[in-house]
Amino acid sequence: MTEMARSVLISGQKERVRRGLDRRLRSERRFRLYGVVAILLAILMLLFLAGTIVSKGYPAFYRTWIEVDVLLDEEMIAPDGKTDPETLREDGDFRGALIESLVAAYRPEGRQQENQLIAMFSTDAERTLQNFTIANPDRIGSTISIRVKAASDIDQLTKGAISRNAPESGRKVTDLQLRWYDRMEKEGRIGTRFNAGFFATGDSREPEQAGIWGAIVGSFLTMLVTLILAFPVGLAAAVYLEEFAPKNRLTDLIEVNINNLAAVPSIVFGLLGLAVFLNFFELPRSAPLVGGMVLALMTLPTIIISGRASLLAVPPSVREAALGLGASRMQVVSHHVLPLAMPGILTGTIIGMARALGETAPLLMIGMVAFIVDIPGGPTDASTVMPVQIYLWADSPERGFVEKTSGAVIVLLVFLVVMNASAVYLRKKFERRW
Amino acid sequence: MKKTVTFATVGALALAGAAGQAAARDQVRIVGSSTVYPFATVVAERFGKSSKFKTPVIEATGSGGGLKLFCAGLGLKTPDITNASRRIKKSEYERCTRNGIKVAEFKIGYDGIVLANSKKTKRIALSRRDIFLALAKLVPEGQRDGGKLVPNPNKTWKDVNPALPDVAIRVLGPPPTSGTRDAFNELAMEGGCKSFKSLKAIEKVDRKRYKGVCRGIREDGAWVEAGENDNLIVQKLEADPNALGVFGFSFLDQNRDKVQGSIVDGVLPTFENISAQKYPVSRSLFFYVKKNHVGQIPGIREYVRAFMSRRAIGRRGYLVGKGLIPLPRTEMKNFIAAGKSLPDLTM
Repeated sequence: MTEMARSVLISGQKERVRRGLDRRLRSERRFRLYGVVAILLAILMLLFLAGTIVSKGYPAFYRTWIEVDVLLDEEMIAPDGKTDPETLREDGDFRGALIESLVAAYRPEGRQQENQLIAMFSTDAERTLQNFTIANPDRIGSTISIRVKAASDIDQLTKGAISRNAPESGRKVTDLQLRWYDRMEKEGRIGTRFNAGFFATGDSREPEQAGIWGAIVGSFLTMLVTLILAFPVGLAAAVYLEEFAPKNRLTDLIEVNINNLAAVPSIVFGLLGLAVFLNFFELPRSAPLVGGMVLALMTLPTIIISGRASLLAVPPSVREAALGLGASRMQVVSHHVLPLAMPGILTGTIIGMARALGETAPLLMIGMVAFIVDIPGGPTDASTVMPVQIYLWADSPERGFVEKTSGAVIVLLVFLVVMNASAVYLRKKFERRW
Repeated sequence: MKKTVTFATVGALALAGAAGQAAARDQVRIVGSSTVYPFATVVAERFGKSSKFKTPVIEATGSGGGLKLFCAGLGLKTPDITNASRRIKKSEYERCTRNGIKVAEFKIGYDGIVLANSKKTKRIALSRRDIFLALAKLVPEGQRDGGKLVPNPNKTWKDVNPALPDVAIRVLGPPPTSGTRDAFNELAMEGGCKSFKSLKAIEKVDRKRYKGVCRGIREDGAWVEAGENDNLIVQKLEADPNALGVFGFSFLDQNRDKVQGSIVDGVLPTFENISAQKYPVSRSLFFYVKKNHVGQIPGIREYVRAFMSRRAIGRRGYLVGKGLIPLPRTEMKNFIAAGKSLPDLTM
């Protein structure tokens, strides 16, 4: 082969390699671009979702008040002259006193107009008045200035959810109410403040009075029951299967079944709960106890699987060293393996619990999708949970519930973010690398 | 490890204890129709706030589901009251009686089922015959009385009736599990179906086939099942001005800045027209009380009284503000009296 021929051959090879390299580099760049686009898309969707929820939901965190001057007329509030809390609560006609004062101030003509005026105030206004009077019985007989809740439609008007420009027949606030509203606004009698009630009361059919506290307590009780049941059982199952159980067909079968259970749709656990806990054991309907038991069944596979994975990640040398020093297998597990695997197990548990916190379908079957006003006092009281509350509000006809729905979503998301963040924190803090 | 075991044991014991003390119930339990739910919940909430009793717990299970639970038997784990957007069926009543349940019936008012479209377009005026011809699965050929039944060929409203606009038929409505759908099928569809003598004649020969023909809704996309959530239907109507939606009157009432009710048989779905029973697509709402539980569970009698009062269901009652359409004078008087005496239902 001549020198020239060889150089031609080499340059030909080079040429081919160069072209091939270009192609491979291009495809790598393309692949990276796809990845970046995919992530950007995901971030955009997340931002869009969070944006719509926050922009729709933040009005739920403040509410409109109206300041009214009310004459605490002794005739109506304390006709017998008794001003102890009991009598005031039972016999005082606070609604009457409020209406009298409103009529005197705004002078509606006829019953129709009077009703329109009264409809501007929440039915909660008379309770505000009652509580004030019970706290300050010495003010009976005098005129007081007090801020009461506006009705939901007025609240929506303040927040711009009801348009002033629509014709009268097409909006929930009448022209007359608008005139009164403008007058109150000019006199500085209308304003907004933080809606503390949203975080302190239970459900209500009046949007301005509805709160999420009942659902938060319900969720807490349900999660507590879930944790108490699922964590120890899941932990014990994971430790036994990973550290003690012989490897045979039976344990293989169990493993397959656990993996299958993790993928079973949650409504199936609800049906199971209905058949076993309610119909057979006759436990109470709508109770966090039963809800927690159903969700524990649902969370168990997640805990077992993540628990086994973290136990498996502990290097065998740790076990061997401990055994070599004369520790029993029980001591190996409880003194060395389990503490090292704990961060992973806790992470799995928290993620499982976060999933259970957002679950509604299984609770439908056991009667936790219900209208419940009273705040539950224990795990056997009827109660609901946060995602169910969101579902119920989303289904309500009143306009005011639109913002309440998104507001409740925000609260639920905050809880989920906190739970997941604590899972990440625990992992970062206690994780050991080998 | 030891700690975990102790923790688990204590937890299990606490749960068992809690389950044991749940035997007695001091809270009224209500199930039933999702149409009555928005009214019953308002009564329950006010009742809970103004009386010494706990607020009743209300589940929306649908009319049929509610009566099933209600008639299942006596005892603390069965509901005390069930709401229904239709009257109890004879078969359901018999099941109740077989299980030793004494039932009292209360009618609370009416609900109109409206067809509505977005305010961005014109209000539409239909007859029940138009509704049937637009939505039925089978229609008489050439829309003539006596014509052979053929799969519905109508694509636009103009095909149904030349007086109607030339837009494609698209109606968003509730799924078959909903009471609203039952009532729509029975009152609007069957009402229009009956206007054809040849179809009406089937009823005497073959009742099952008659129901199939008159209540059968087309499945070729003109009718869109939009789920049980009426709010969602209202939102979809805003996005699609050419579509019509089917839902309860209270949602029309709450969203009148966004949607308008269609005229049916020359009558607008207004409060006055439904109350005077002029509007053809309206139904009665009921609730049923398990008399055996009165006196066993505190608050049932008082709750019934709070519901069956002029303050609640009267012409100026608070439920009217929530979209309930009150009963005529004498009927209301009778049912309010029944709320005090709880008479047995006989069928």
